[in-house]
Amino acid sequence: MAEKVLVKGNEAIAEAAIQAGCRYFFGYPITPQTEISAYMAKRMPKIGGVFLQAESEVSAANMVYGAAGAGARVMTSSSSPGISLKAEAISYMAGADLPCVVINVVRAGPGLGGIQPAQSDYFQATKGHGHGDYRLIVLAPSSVQEIVDMTAEAFDLADIYRTPVMILADGMLGQMMEPVVFEKKESKRVIPEKTWATTGTEMKREHNVINSLYIEPNTLEKLVLERYERYKRIEETECKYEAYKTEDAEFILTGYGSVARICKNAVDALREQGIKAGLIRPITLWPFPSDAYINETKNAKAILTVEMSMGQMVEDVKLSVNGKVPVHFFGRTGGNIPYPNEVIEAVKKIIGGDK
Amino acid sequence: MEQVFKRPHALCDVPLHYCPGCTHGIVHRLVAEVMDELGIEGKTIGVAPVGCSVFAYNYFNCDMQEAAHGRAPAVATGIKRVHPDKVVFTYQGDGDLAAIGTAETVHAAARGENITTIFINNAIYGMTGGQMAPTTLPGQVTQTSPYGRDTKTQGFPIRVSEMLATTSGAAYIERVAVDCVKNVNKAKKAIKKAFETQLAGKGFSLIEVVSTCPTNWGLSPEEAIKWMQENMLPYYPLGVYCDRTEE
Ligand SMILES: Cc1ncc(C[n+]2csc(CCOP(=O)(O)OP(=O)(O)O)c2C)c(N)n1
Ligand code: SF4
Ligand SMILES: [Mg+2]
Repeated sequence: MAEKVLVKGNEAIAEAAIQAGCRYFFGYPITPQTEISAYMAKRMPKIGGVFLQAESEVSAANMVYGAAGAGARVMTSSSSPGISLKAEAISYMAGADLPCVVINVVRAGPGLGGIQPAQSDYFQATKGHGHGDYRLIVLAPSSVQEIVDMTAEAFDLADIYRTPVMILADGMLGQMMEPVVFEKKESKRVIPEKTWATTGTEMKREHNVINSLYIEPNTLEKLVLERYERYKRIEETECKYEAYKTEDAEFILTGYGSVARICKNAVDALREQGIKAGLIRPITLWPFPSDAYINETKNAKAILTVEMSMGQMVEDVKLSVNGKVPVHFFGRTGGNIPYPNEVIEAVKKIIGGDK
Repeated sequence: MEQVFKRPHALCDVPLHYCPGCTHGIVHRLVAEVMDELGIEGKTIGVAPVGCSVFAYNYFNCDMQEAAHGRAPAVATGIKRVHPDKVVFTYQGDGDLAAIGTAETVHAAARGENITTIFINNAIYGMTGGQMAPTTLPGQVTQTSPYGRDTKTQGFPIRVSEMLATTSGAAYIERVAVDCVKNVNKAKKAIKKAFETQLAGKGFSLIEVVSTCPTNWGLSPEEAIKWMQENMLPYYPLGVYCDRTEE
């Protein structure tokens, strides 16, 4: 077995990307993800890769567009304000069916906000970014080991489905040091050859064109419909969540990323106090594991969504249970991390109120 | 009979959508002829802009990418870094290159990015129907400078070639025009030199082509050429602004 090493979340992302075959990284400095760029700047020249610090996130993301269209495994990373600027290229990449990996180490917003951890970009990550009818695969790691495994997975998903994939981390995960194993797991997935890439025709084939412009409505509609067929396949096959002590749970906590770890502690503490609590942790935020909120809530009397935001994922939780179980919300924002005892108190308040 | 004139191979056999008298078509042909002559079509990747030449990806026979408005130099950078042995060029209008894409342009030049940019300066936003461009001349009437560009409130036109020539990463920059046969021939030589500069790995090359937009200038093709000669060329003098190809 490969040995355990102690690494920071941000550096784990960078190393895992390199191990997944990423040789092109275009970035722009922003806290709290700068270690990713720093790591890439150090490593890429040594392994024949490219690290380029662009003049802005707008440029960095459009460089990713070019490199992805040229057939490379390519990544960019940023934090919230920078992701807003990358929205343009993300939309264009979705529209041109380009695979790439985008990291968002989320910090508090809106505006310049703060540099402390947050989850207030959930709407942006799962419902939007740029303009137009499109989806992104959004993965939410909750430990440094998961960051490592997910980064490799992200590149595979991007290539298989020809779509940008986002890893939604937060400042806490990015800065956290944990022991991890970088294990070369042979991917069982079949990665399709990029015959569409602009690599030069060599005068042997028709020219390849990377493009998102379709003036004729029926042509564009057909392409979008085809893309949504692909999205449907993603929803059917790539949805992931973790259920923790949910079988007999009467009270379900739900949260993603680092908040899920806090919730897990809260579940254990609540069980010690005789409250049958459980946790649903979405691992993919899009596709959202809606089924989990039906399958894992058989005995549940209430659900509490915990987020480092004013309540964004909670809307998807409500849609998923569709009124079957009452859904409550507890959140801290502005860069504050909820404490387990705050979560426990929120649970007790609901249970008390339900009586 | 000997054939003396034919479509360059690097130009697709499709009708171009440009207005009658528009110089975009001439420049397309020159770029394609240069690709043919240098034998580089098979290893060239072009980047189309947003502007009237947005469909350039349908016109050039080499591999093409369509970039977001102004981002062609960034997209080209991404391509070139993946394929340093390929030839990468952008084809951009003045709004695309000198307004929304100024940062991308300046920094591609400053990095000495080994790409070639063909820059169509027609002093107007053609595609969107004739608004003021960063290159619109003082006093020039456009849809968004209906009383003529007032430099007090709307500022001054940017001289792109002069500006970029100050960056140490620029290897070859020349401003040309396609208003007469002599200048068309000169323009072709310049474009060829720009691609050769890239092939020799010298760094960033840009050819600014002073162009016409008869449609949005509200002139006939012939009048447009005359207007360009009388008004644009004094403000945008032709010539080589940077040549570090021998360094
Ligand atoms: C982000 C964005 N903003 C605005 C537009 C609208 N738009 C399309 S073309 C264009 C101007 C192009 O002018 P120029 O670059 O001078 O090219 P020309 O048409 O004159 O050749 C604008 C503003 C757009 N497509 N995308
Ligand atoms: S609008 Fe102007 S620039 Fe565009 S094709 Fe017509 S003449 Fe050419
Ligand atoms: Mg123009």
